[in-house]
Amino acid sequence: MAKADMLGESLWDAYSNKVTTLMNNPQHQGEIFEADAESRGNKLIVADFGAESCGDAVRLYWEIDPATDKIVDSKFKSFGCGTAIASSDVMTELCIGKTVQEAVKITNIDVEMALRDDPETPAVPPQKMHCSVMAYDVIKKAAGLYLGVDAESFEEEIIVCECARVSLNTLKEVIKLNDLKSVEEITDYTKAGGFCKSCIKPGGHEAMDYYLVDILADTRKEMDEEKMKAAADAQAMGGAKFEEMTLVQQIKAVDAIIDENVRQFLIMDGGDMEIIDIKKADPYIDIYIRYLGACSGCASSATGTLYAIESTLKEKLSDKIRVLPI
Amino acid sequence: MQVYLDNNATTMCDPKVVEAMLPYFSEQYGNPNSLHKFGSSTHPALMNAINQTYKALNASDNDDIVFTSCATESNNWVLQSVWVDHVLNGDKNHIVTTEVEHPSVLSTCKFLEEQGVKVTYLPVNEEGVVEAHTVKSFITDKTALVSVMWASNETGMINPIKEIGEICKEKGVLFHTDGVQAVGKIPVDLQDVHVDFLSFSAHKFHGPKGIGGLYIKDSQPLSPLMHGGDQMGGRRSGTLNVPYIIGMGKALELATENIEEKMASIRAKRDRLEDAILELSDTFTVGNRDNRTPNTILVSIKGVEGEGMLWDLNNGEIGASTGSACASEDLEANSVMLAIGADNELAHTGIRLSLSRFTTDAEIDYVISHFKKAVERLRGISSSFAKQAPTKGGEVQECELHHHH
Repeated sequence: MAKADMLGESLWDAYSNKVTTLMNNPQHQGEIFEADAESRGNKLIVADFGAESCGDAVRLYWEIDPATDKIVDSKFKSFGCGTAIASSDVMTELCIGKTVQEAVKITNIDVEMALRDDPETPAVPPQKMHCSVMAYDVIKKAAGLYLGVDAESFEEEIIVCECARVSLNTLKEVIKLNDLKSVEEITDYTKAGGFCKSCIKPGGHEAMDYYLVDILADTRKEMDEEKMKAAADAQAMGGAKFEEMTLVQQIKAVDAIIDENVRQFLIMDGGDMEIIDIKKADPYIDIYIRYLGACSGCASSATGTLYAIESTLKEKLSDKIRVLPI
Repeated sequence: MQVYLDNNATTMCDPKVVEAMLPYFSEQYGNPNSLHKFGSSTHPALMNAINQTYKALNASDNDDIVFTSCATESNNWVLQSVWVDHVLNGDKNHIVTTEVEHPSVLSTCKFLEEQGVKVTYLPVNEEGVVEAHTVKSFITDKTALVSVMWASNETGMINPIKEIGEICKEKGVLFHTDGVQAVGKIPVDLQDVHVDFLSFSAHKFHGPKGIGGLYIKDSQPLSPLMHGGDQMGGRRSGTLNVPYIIGMGKALELATENIEEKMASIRAKRDRLEDAILELSDTFTVGNRDNRTPNTILVSIKGVEGEGMLWDLNNGEIGASTGSACASEDLEANSVMLAIGADNELAHTGIRLSLSRFTTDAEIDYVISHFKKAVERLRGISSSFAKQAPTKGGEVQECELHHHH
């Protein structure tokens, strides 16, 4: 929040001139009828996407030359806001002259770019980006109908943020590579979640299959597991640094050193010791122990014995170790 | 021609109100709490504004009417005091309100839930009205407060405030009503209904923005929201906003004198506009017009998305409002529209037209003509009105509409 955000901008003021112009006067709205297409020797495809009760619905008409798979004419009808109407109009424009296989590569990003007045300024405010996604979805639907395949088959990856077209794999990779810890960081790195925000968490405008909060939590969990596994592997190979071990691994390592080098001498004198806790106390690692049996209350337990335990652990594991009897 | 039909959002400040306020900005600018005559010279005008306010609401001299910055502050004050007055004492911890309240009530309730207050959000019937027996059935011995709006900002529907007030009185529960859309639009007689707290705001009845009030019945205790110099008997500290209080008093007087006559005039224009809209096919309006504030119409136009309609009306210099999700910042479908539950589509096609006493017959004629053109154009684009049936793949997409509550 800063001065510039103190007074919210009107949504309409953030529309490009192209959006405004096409909303007022769409160039390709209308219908194509089967009989007309047939009379020209072409095939008509009519695809619907969305529903009025969801707030957005679009119907796309393609007249296709079956000899070349080329879309010779296209029109649309739309139930939606200004952005939805302008997006549908530009999407229809972009389809004309392309083959079905080429048209299916048109994304909502292409549609939004085509609506910009200049390449640097977005055509619509972030929260309206989702209105351009429909245009992309209906193309896939139309292509699927023409080619006799499922519309989903055109999607090679799982798209999490439809506004910015960011895939699940990309998100996981970016989180791992950059050690991202918050959704805000994900948005900074990928733009995912920066537009209509439906993909951030449940409860937004649209219900999504994947949400950034879950992807972040799952990926962070995976990262932690991988880290633990790597540490365990390194320990097994004898190469793990004590400082990098998990707490459980540290306890095991300390126990092993005590068993091997110290405990036998304590038992011989009728005593023993146990590890209570290990805590990071930068730059030290504090190991809390408790003496048992004869060692408890023994004069040497705070001097010679303690020194022997600490120096052994320092030598074998890390010179940052401090041993603290409680 | 420019026509403003968004009077439930805010109204034009009546020129007579502006005139009444003007001397108190630069001529009589003294602080009324000062001892010297610069301050005390404002007292007669302030007292006059207080008298105008009490008279307009028919409040008793034993009641308090405290000037606040707006109804949002008044609503926050009443609700937040439940936490201070009851929850901290451990005696009561429950508020009953409705799903269709203004965000200043709903957001405060959400905040209070985080502080340990339990809140029941009552549903409304298909007309958007909260039924008194529903309120009754949710009051428990832990209920500290019932808060039900007098009239809806979205639909204009009027709740049975008198009945609810009687129930609260009988049950010994405090009753607050957000009267923002009622005060100045319909008769509000505080001797006729049992209301412990009533919030109102001047800019909804041709007064200035930034001034409102809270009526507090018969010295009911209420923890102050603002502490400071003990102005307004310690109820609400802060230097009195002299010109605005005077403006609100004048605005209230102008709005409430001969209110039945004013209502009849506004209602006649509203009904004429509503009838003309309903002549268009596949349109419907929400709620019985006899139980609505006389200035409000919420209309659903099949196949025409709300923002699109607002856009076309705006191109014709007509200002209205929409409950359409697409025209708001948070993109969620309008919770009030969804609470009515008649039709999900309404949440996306609803247009709210709200008149004022300054709306003229010529303006209504203009709106009727432009409205029809806009509907015709947008239905020309609309997929709902496509003649060609889809050949294949016409199945409807599944979607989920999100309720706030």
